[in-house]
Amino acid sequence: MSRKDKQIIESGLASSRRDFLRSSIAAGGALVAGTAAARAGSDPAITELQDWSRYLGAGVDAAPYGKPSEYEKDVVRRSVEWLTASTESSVNFTPLHKLDGIITPNGLCFERHHGGVAEVEPDKYRLMINGLVEKQMVFTLEDLMRFPRKNQVNFLECAANSGMEWRGAQLNGCQFTHGMVHNVMYTGVPLRTLLEEAGLKSNAKWVMAEGGDSAGMNRSIPMFKALDDCLIAFKMNGEALRPEQGYPVRLVVPGWEGNMWVKWIRRLEVGDEPWQAREETSKYTDLLANGKARRFTWVMDCKSVITSPSPQAPIKHGKGPTVITGLAWSGRGTIDRVDITMDGGRNWHTARLDGPSLDKSLHRFYYEFDWNGEPLLLQSRAIDSTGYIQPTKNELRAVRGENSIYHNNGIQTWSVKKTGEVENVEVS
Amino acid sequence: MLKFPKAVSRRFAQVTAAAMVAGVAMSGMASAEETKKFGLGREATEEEVAAWDIDVRPDGKGLPVGKGNAAKGEAIFAAKCAICHGDFAEGVDRWPVLAGGRDTLKSQNPVKTVGSYWPYLSTAFDYIHRAMPFGNAQTLKPDETYSIIAYILLMNDVITDDQFELSDKTFTSIQMPNEKNFIDDDRPDAKNVKKDGEPCMKDCKSDVKITMHARVLDVTPETGGSKNNEDAPKGSID
Repeated sequence: MSRKDKQIIESGLASSRRDFLRSSIAAGGALVAGTAAARAGSDPAITELQDWSRYLGAGVDAAPYGKPSEYEKDVVRRSVEWLTASTESSVNFTPLHKLDGIITPNGLCFERHHGGVAEVEPDKYRLMINGLVEKQMVFTLEDLMRFPRKNQVNFLECAANSGMEWRGAQLNGCQFTHGMVHNVMYTGVPLRTLLEEAGLKSNAKWVMAEGGDSAGMNRSIPMFKALDDCLIAFKMNGEALRPEQGYPVRLVVPGWEGNMWVKWIRRLEVGDEPWQAREETSKYTDLLANGKARRFTWVMDCKSVITSPSPQAPIKHGKGPTVITGLAWSGRGTIDRVDITMDGGRNWHTARLDGPSLDKSLHRFYYEFDWNGEPLLLQSRAIDSTGYIQPTKNELRAVRGENSIYHNNGIQTWSVKKTGEVENVEVS
Repeated sequence: MLKFPKAVSRRFAQVTAAAMVAGVAMSGMASAEETKKFGLGREATEEEVAAWDIDVRPDGKGLPVGKGNAAKGEAIFAAKCAICHGDFAEGVDRWPVLAGGRDTLKSQNPVKTVGSYWPYLSTAFDYIHRAMPFGNAQTLKPDETYSIIAYILLMNDVITDDQFELSDKTFTSIQMPNEKNFIDDDRPDAKNVKKDGEPCMKDCKSDVKITMHARVLDVTPETGGSKNNEDAPKGSID
């Protein structure tokens, strides 16, 4: 706030309303946000008695399970109909542009199913461990809850997040370009604990996780990861997993592609070789320009995106103080730094990281500035704790071509127009 | 300033390697007596394991006893698969194309089918037997699955004889044409780090131009703008 503005407000506070209005006029419209009332007279939101201030509101238990305000009804997961052949084998997207902090609310975590949502009865839930173990075992949900638990916050990103953007700017909204990611606190039992309970044989090198859904989703996980930080999780953000997130039990594979986080998990088979399942050969392999395809590309590389302003979150307030915010994450550790540019990558400024910095978790960044109302080309560039710097999309295309579908962690550009509207673009 | 210069990157790699070695060592340890057991859960019965242990590996481990051929497979495919995948496994609408696509992997529009892309035939058995037909999973008999796979192989010219008996005995004799084209993960691959490990901050480009605008502007469902978008890329998320 300028000294002039301060004087105006102080004089307004100190003198009568008429004096305040006169001094406002004298200031020649130099007032900033929040003074619409001063220009147009008094604010009826204040001067008129509002219903909520007069009448009794709903009592307790009106909503035994609380919901967001009805004014937030547009903050929902959305899908792109033509992406897939059916809704049962499809995906929708987290509304990143409307969220803040690092935790994704359970009901907004994007969905990805291959055979629809399995409605598993908890009393009939069983987890089997078979294969190269001393004792092939079965656990009930109650059994799982008796092992020592761990809590950890991890992002889950689909390997196909931003996959539509390989050939250039496609979808106009960060919900659609980057919304196949969410970040949740999981409670569960370390996978290691359960494997040790069954007893691994000396040639145990891989674990196959298998879902109980109608897709029977199965993925091979190397033993070093299974024994490191994987969880058999039954809670998300403190409550039971949502059905669409694998109720009652899912696998958590921190930092690795979402497809491996098998939902409705029913079985762990221990083996000496990978299974080469459909989802690790036909899908989730990265076709390169030379016709070769990378396989077992498990780690999600360092990535970031500005969530606001973005196409679905335009600047509506005009020039003046403006907040740029976004998310950064890395499957290799934490985020050390995020830089943002407002001129398409000519000059960069280091953003402010705020909130917890957790291993393999989303990080929140902010950059506050005075917008002069001129067009901007916004980008963010994240650097993770291993020193890896998020590449541009063109740098990725130069080494991989445009057919990879998966693992597009390139820098996103938003074009902000004078009107405050924002568009997904690519720049030279 | 970058807090973690190259030396730390190297150290990270060493730590990762050490962790992997430790992981292998610990996996051996896990079977040792000193590992704490909680005595929770129970031993699985053989019948239970057999009911759920449906996976199949490239070496043939897990294949059920059975046999079929493409001639039989054609009728089964027509009845149970063709509604989505087409009579000749060519794919209907956005449902997966299962045949054709040879020599397209380097093109602008690669067609990744069982014949053109899949490295192992066991994947087809594992997947079809566990997940197909879509909406009626785990109902195919082993003989039906062998026949369906034989038909898909025929449509892909991997076999040419519709009487060839595909069975648990002959299965691993089939080599898939694209097997050799799969490579291990060699990321990070994009060279965008300056030699001193610090990314450019000032005057990094002389000129910046917008080279492309979003192709699908009205992506939100309310507008309906993209629902019948004829330019929409063929579903790459499936």
